[in-house]
Amino acid sequence: MTTPSSSGDSLVVTDLHVEFSGFVAVGGVSFDAHPGEVRFLIGPNGAGKTTCIDAITGLSAATGSAKLGEQELLGRPVHKIVRLGVGRTFQTASVFNELSVLQNLDIAAGRHRRWTSLLRTRRGVDPSIMQALEETGLVDELATPAGILSHGQKQWLEIAMLLVQDAQVLLLDEPVAGMSHDERTATGELLQRIAAKRIVLVVEHDMDFMRRYATRVTVLHQGKVLSQGTVAEVQADPKVQEVYLGTAGAATTAAMAAVPEEAAAELANLQEEDSHA
Amino acid sequence: MTKLKPHLSLGGIGVFAVLLLAVAPSVLTDHWLSNLGKYCCWAIAAVGIGLAWGRGGMLVMGQGVFFALGAYSMAMHLTLETAGDGVPGFMVLYDPLAPLPAFWEPFRSTAFTLLAIVVLPVVAAGILGYALFKRRVKGAYFAILTQALAVALATLVSSTIRETGGDTGLSDFKYFFGYVLNDPANRTMVYLITAGLLVACLLVVWQLYRSRFGELLVATRDAEERVRFLGYDPANVKLVAFVGAALMASIGGAMFVPIVGIITPAEIGAAASILMIAGVAFGGRASLFGPALGAIAVGWGQSSLGSTWPEGWTYIIGLLFIVVILFLPKGLSSLPARFRAARRGPGEPLAAPAATRQLEGVTS
Amino acid sequence: MDALIPPLLNGSAQGALLLLAALGLSLTFGQMGVINMAHGEFLMIGAFTAYLVQQVIDSSDLSIPVALPVAFVVAGLFGLLLEVSIIQWMYRRPLDTLLVTVGVSLILQQAALQIFPSQGVPVEKPGWLDGQLTVLGYDWPLRQVFTILLATVCVAALAAWLKYTSFGRRIRATVHNRDLAETAGISTRTVDRLTFFVGSGLAGVAGVAASLIGGTNSTMGAQYIIPAFLVVAAGGIGQLKGTIIAALGVGVGLSCFAYWTTGSLAQVLAFILVIVFLQVRPQGLFTVRTRSLV
Ligand SMILES: Nc1ncnc2c1ncn2[C@@H]1O[C@H](COP(=O)(O)OP(=O)(O)OP(=O)(O)O)[C@@H](O)[C@H]1O
Ligand SMILES: [Mg+2]
Repeated sequence: MTTPSSSGDSLVVTDLHVEFSGFVAVGGVSFDAHPGEVRFLIGPNGAGKTTCIDAITGLSAATGSAKLGEQELLGRPVHKIVRLGVGRTFQTASVFNELSVLQNLDIAAGRHRRWTSLLRTRRGVDPSIMQALEETGLVDELATPAGILSHGQKQWLEIAMLLVQDAQVLLLDEPVAGMSHDERTATGELLQRIAAKRIVLVVEHDMDFMRRYATRVTVLHQGKVLSQGTVAEVQADPKVQEVYLGTAGAATTAAMAAVPEEAAAELANLQEEDSHA
Repeated sequence: MTKLKPHLSLGGIGVFAVLLLAVAPSVLTDHWLSNLGKYCCWAIAAVGIGLAWGRGGMLVMGQGVFFALGAYSMAMHLTLETAGDGVPGFMVLYDPLAPLPAFWEPFRSTAFTLLAIVVLPVVAAGILGYALFKRRVKGAYFAILTQALAVALATLVSSTIRETGGDTGLSDFKYFFGYVLNDPANRTMVYLITAGLLVACLLVVWQLYRSRFGELLVATRDAEERVRFLGYDPANVKLVAFVGAALMASIGGAMFVPIVGIITPAEIGAAASILMIAGVAFGGRASLFGPALGAIAVGWGQSSLGSTWPEGWTYIIGLLFIVVILFLPKGLSSLPARFRAARRGPGEPLAAPAATRQLEGVTS
Repeated sequence: MDALIPPLLNGSAQGALLLLAALGLSLTFGQMGVINMAHGEFLMIGAFTAYLVQQVIDSSDLSIPVALPVAFVVAGLFGLLLEVSIIQWMYRRPLDTLLVTVGVSLILQQAALQIFPSQGVPVEKPGWLDGQLTVLGYDWPLRQVFTILLATVCVAALAAWLKYTSFGRRIRATVHNRDLAETAGISTRTVDRLTFFVGSGLAGVAGVAASLIGGTNSTMGAQYIIPAFLVVAAGGIGQLKGTIIAALGVGVGLSCFAYWTTGSLAQVLAFILVIVFLQVRPQGLFTVRTRSLV
């Protein structure tokens, strides 16, 4: 049977392969993530970052292995993987727009409840929900329909949902996209706090954000691991610079052109970093 | 939007109960009381459809099947009760010597019959729902498959004349668990049981809708895949709603038999199933009272207009589908909210249906 | 052999008829993800058109060949009317569209019941369909052979049209990825209308074929819609070859079951088979893979 993992376990991904009718989106990716670190997964558009998370969470069929402690995640249905303690957010914030913030969190908290409690009406607010609201600064929005939250607030709500879910592994797909500078700082600090006892894996495009909060980074490119290490190591890697400077082939350039501002920001960041070095 | 104060709704159920259980029996003639009882049977099934379709997003187009399970269970028992120790008259007609079909035998027992009315739909809907939901069959596929089942069952019943009475159905019941059905007092009692069951079903869905399960069901309806990532299996959530709907349809069917006095394949087939949907759509699929009131309204139209002006009635039902779904997808029960919104100012949007859609594709 | 060949022959004709009914349904379903429940009534319109053409052209030898294109156009125009008046307002609500078209189908049935005699109308079979072929010593009525030929011609024409004309390519692009097609400058509105015209027109052709095999009355469409849908579901969305195989499978299956047991039991068995089949292949025989979760 599936028992939730204990808090000391690590997430170890080995030789992950994902194929979409012939097209190799992820071709042999390995990395690990441990409690206590804020792990980053970066790479140009289409590098396969989201697909990696999809594979780990059971959304896309994959080969290879993704283990949380002793438990193999691949091959299990989505909800079973969640019950093992793996939670994720989505690139486009996905909350239940018609339900209030509280209702959203209450549903997320539900997997720890017995089914009989499902038939009862909610009375008061669970302490775990209150705590998550405080962590994410959403206390005042308790009764707000999630649909009218700002973009950043929706992303916080998603993180709060993972907290009440008591996920041991948090896979966050671009959690600060569209946030202001202050919001990013708040989110980064929140992630650092959370990471003390859990595994946090962040997919991001924002290099500045990555530099401030990453403990270790994995760079993906065209479905493969390009480089791995601390922020400084990765940024010093000539291969990484090449990819981000757009000389690594037309495909990447085209992909980067699709999101001009983001790509441009990345470029600027790296070049700036270069000149410092 | 879901904030319609729960206690207001409870009060509404109270008023409804008083109207059905106290006022109606004292002011209506026997004829109209039994008609109202018939509408209540459809309303019970409709409350279930509201649960499965309105809140759960599963368009159940074959509730006639579960209606039939309850109705035929009851009808077989009442037929046997009328026939006493012998073989029912219509069977003798087709083959005087053959014995009672084996599957009829247990329906001599009152307890078995009552159990069957509850257990048969639960098992049937459980198996069908499990098979379909686990394989993520939904939307139009689910709708048409349920309808196909209704067609298949109605055809099967039509063709098994000796076993089920075929197209003529089962009728001429004299007793209802020992009570003589001809006696007006007993007929009133049957009506009261039916109306009571309708009120009970309303209370059940009232509690379900305000419970955590109700919220989870709506969440599953609007973003099935997202729910999966919270550790729930949406198939199970939907299964509960679907089985609940089936059970209510069966109860409605079971009470239909003593009230109307006949059950035929026409009451369980595709057309009948669609008529049940019509009432729910008309009243308001996701609201508490909408399905029941809509079903009563459509039932009333069916038995008054449907017999005096059948052509016109079909056109009305057809138009009702088109007009209601096109212009008033939340049914009549959304009218007050619309008026309020209109008075508040035209700029304000009613709800954000588009917003939920975006959830459906939680892809990157 | 007695238990096998006759139902096989009869079943492949039934399958061909189902295929004709399902072709258009699958086209419109693939296009907008919506089941047009009035599709069966478009088939009925085709059958009544055959009858009306016979009132004008006396010779049934000639009237049926004339009725085929006429029925295509008449049913197609009905489809176009439905698209323009109702369906185009509901593209984002597929399940609701299903219900609205239920309403349309009720109205069309009732209208047919009032316009034509309620017991139906006789469509005379042309003389050249009177005979039969002999296959392995068993009779195969020419009417059934004709249905198969007609279905083959329609499938071939549709496939060629989808493949070689620019409109066809646009339809396929839209079925594949509506948003992308739109951004690529395809007017999906025009494509939708055309698809609806062609899809409904095919139902009209199916109706002419149906009128030669069974009765022509107001409820005939209702008999076809469910099996035709099962064919579409089992075949997979937007897949011509899936639809063909599924139609033959369902047709032969129904006919065999009906031959071995009874017609009504066959329906129940077919239903169970489709459910079992969906357990194995929930997406149908062939699928177009997309990234979407739904
Ligand atoms: N279901 C799918 N079917 C076909 N191709 C897919 C599917 N999912 C992903 N891909 C392809 O796999 C590649 C990797 O996609 P992925 O979304 O993982 O990239 P990403 O690194 O998350 O990019 P971004 O930064 O834009 O989010 C892309 O080329 C994408 O088109
Ligand atoms: Mg991504």
